[in-house]
Amino acid sequence: MQEKKEKALKAREKPAALGPDIDLKSFTRDVKSWQRCIVPSLPEDIAKQSLNAGVRTDEKGRAGTYFQIDRSMVSQAIKKAFEGKAEIMSTKEALEKYDWMDDYWWKLVAVDADKYTALAELEWDMGYFIRALEGQKIMLPLQACLFVSKDNLNQNVHNVIIAEPNSELHIITGCVTHPNVQRGLHVGISEFFVKKGAKLTFTMIHNWAQNFDVRPRSAALIEDDGMFVTNYVCLKPVKSLQMYPVAYCKGANSKARFNSILYGAKNSYLDVGSKVVLQGKGSRGEVTARAIASDNSQIYARGLLVGEREDSKAHLECRGLLLSDSASIHAIPELIAKVKGAELSHEAAVGKIAEEQIQYLMARGFSESEAESLIVRGFMDISIFGLPSQLQDEVKKMVDITTARAL
Amino acid sequence: MDVLKIEDLSVEIAGKRILCNVDLTVPKGEVHVLFGPNGSGKTSLIQTILGFSSCKVVSGKILFDGVDITHMPINERAKLGVGVAFQNPPAIRGVKLGHIVRSFLEGEGRAARKDIGLAQAVNFPIEFLDRDLNLGFSGGEIKRSEILQMLAQKPKFVILDEPDSGVDVENMEVVGKTINNFLQGRSGLIVTHLGHILNYVKADVAHVLIGGRVACSGRSTKVLNQILKEGYKWCERCLRERGIEGCRKKRRKR
Repeated sequence: MQEKKEKALKAREKPAALGPDIDLKSFTRDVKSWQRCIVPSLPEDIAKQSLNAGVRTDEKGRAGTYFQIDRSMVSQAIKKAFEGKAEIMSTKEALEKYDWMDDYWWKLVAVDADKYTALAELEWDMGYFIRALEGQKIMLPLQACLFVSKDNLNQNVHNVIIAEPNSELHIITGCVTHPNVQRGLHVGISEFFVKKGAKLTFTMIHNWAQNFDVRPRSAALIEDDGMFVTNYVCLKPVKSLQMYPVAYCKGANSKARFNSILYGAKNSYLDVGSKVVLQGKGSRGEVTARAIASDNSQIYARGLLVGEREDSKAHLECRGLLLSDSASIHAIPELIAKVKGAELSHEAAVGKIAEEQIQYLMARGFSESEAESLIVRGFMDISIFGLPSQLQDEVKKMVDITTARAL
Repeated sequence: MDVLKIEDLSVEIAGKRILCNVDLTVPKGEVHVLFGPNGSGKTSLIQTILGFSSCKVVSGKILFDGVDITHMPINERAKLGVGVAFQNPPAIRGVKLGHIVRSFLEGEGRAARKDIGLAQAVNFPIEFLDRDLNLGFSGGEIKRSEILQMLAQKPKFVILDEPDSGVDVENMEVVGKTINNFLQGRSGLIVTHLGHILNYVKADVAHVLIGGRVACSGRSTKVLNQILKEGYKWCERCLRERGIEGCRKKRRKR
């Protein structure tokens, strides 16, 4: 632990490779502690905001909940039916409880990657630990909410998610700010471990404030026959968001899939990528991104596939739709094949709504604005994510509301 | 009573004159055919009737059921009863064929049941309604999807742009018979190159478009036979003899 602190201290000023640099001193760390409570008793304004990010405070259809407000864990509980099958708690508690946590802590993300990883080590505010025990199929999603209630706060969480061998786990994470929050900085470290034959689906919904800066740093390790699916949805304006999560498909026949839907509004700066490193024989990767840029937003949609092992295969698909003349989308796909027999491909298409599509729908009786709305909603079609049906309906509703508001 | 009456219509696309002084009338209950070589302006004429913004009407007018629709938005024309089955419709990701079909059936009640019946009429399994519009459709599937939408819309007047191109023999019969049944008591304008569709559909009058002008109009079987026998040279000769030139040629002369 001491060694990690030292590394972090050295990287304290190290800017990130991508995204605008942030002055860390301009935020506050001073915030009141929140009392522990049961999730349904959370104040209504908090409940309402959380729901916008897929976190239900009535816990309906959820196997368990972790709720953190600012720097305090307010609730962590698994439903009775899932006790002994899955665990959910703060990473602070997990580190105290399990000696073996050292094998997972800062193992996939380098503590000295940049000043944000360093900050998460030096000024750490918990985060969640979620684990499915061996062979357990947890069919209801577990949910985690990282809430920021104070303006100008800097929140730094570190999460660890483990799907033990042959388990199945679905997680929804909602990152939200209170309506009173204007600016702030969220740094989130997430390390995912998908063991042999396990399946982990991770859906993250971001719902930040207009002047908020966000720097997630995530990595996943997938063992033999494991499958990691991550869905990322960001539909609300944010000042700057930069992340480039990576999945290491280390095991034989391991699979990683990244899906993301980005809606850039107002002055948002979104720099979101996905990396898949194919290290195992027969490993597979798939990256799908949909980006819509409106108003003055700038979106960088990146993707990197690295083929390090023969008989591996990955595909990257990025589609961008521009709704404004002052917005921009940069699609930056990269493929690196290091061995023969690594099959990597990409397709990217960025542009405005085609006039012929609008005219086609108008010839079917839709008005111009109805046609545009249909096309934009269609573009954000989340059925490509392959989510469990209930979750798909919830995410679809959120996407529909945003699109309706934006058009 | 005429359903469609085009009077002295001249149209430009990107500053180029594409249609010149076109007169064309389709009386109620009649089906007309539009012939013409590639680039003669058939698609432009269709797009102008539909109201596509790229087709700028510089003179003349289009009346539909007596209403001047020359400058009306596309969707309002559709609501008046102008329908179309496109030849090469664009693919639209995430927009389901079933959504479009049901949008026509809403208000009739039991939209969900009716769409299934209509899909079966054009040989589509129900699941086909969940496909993204025209995305990855084969040539034959595009035709049938367009016809399915036409059946749901039930327009008074339908424009069929080459409904017989790219359709295999088996589906040609489905397409031909469906269109023929649909056109009973309705009016339409069919664009066709080889006239296969006319084996199934009885057309009253044919018009030949050459160089953006209507070169001739006559009984459809007679016109088709002449074209098959002599090609479009026959029509060009006819234009020359009458001292009329295609509008694009005329522009070049200036």
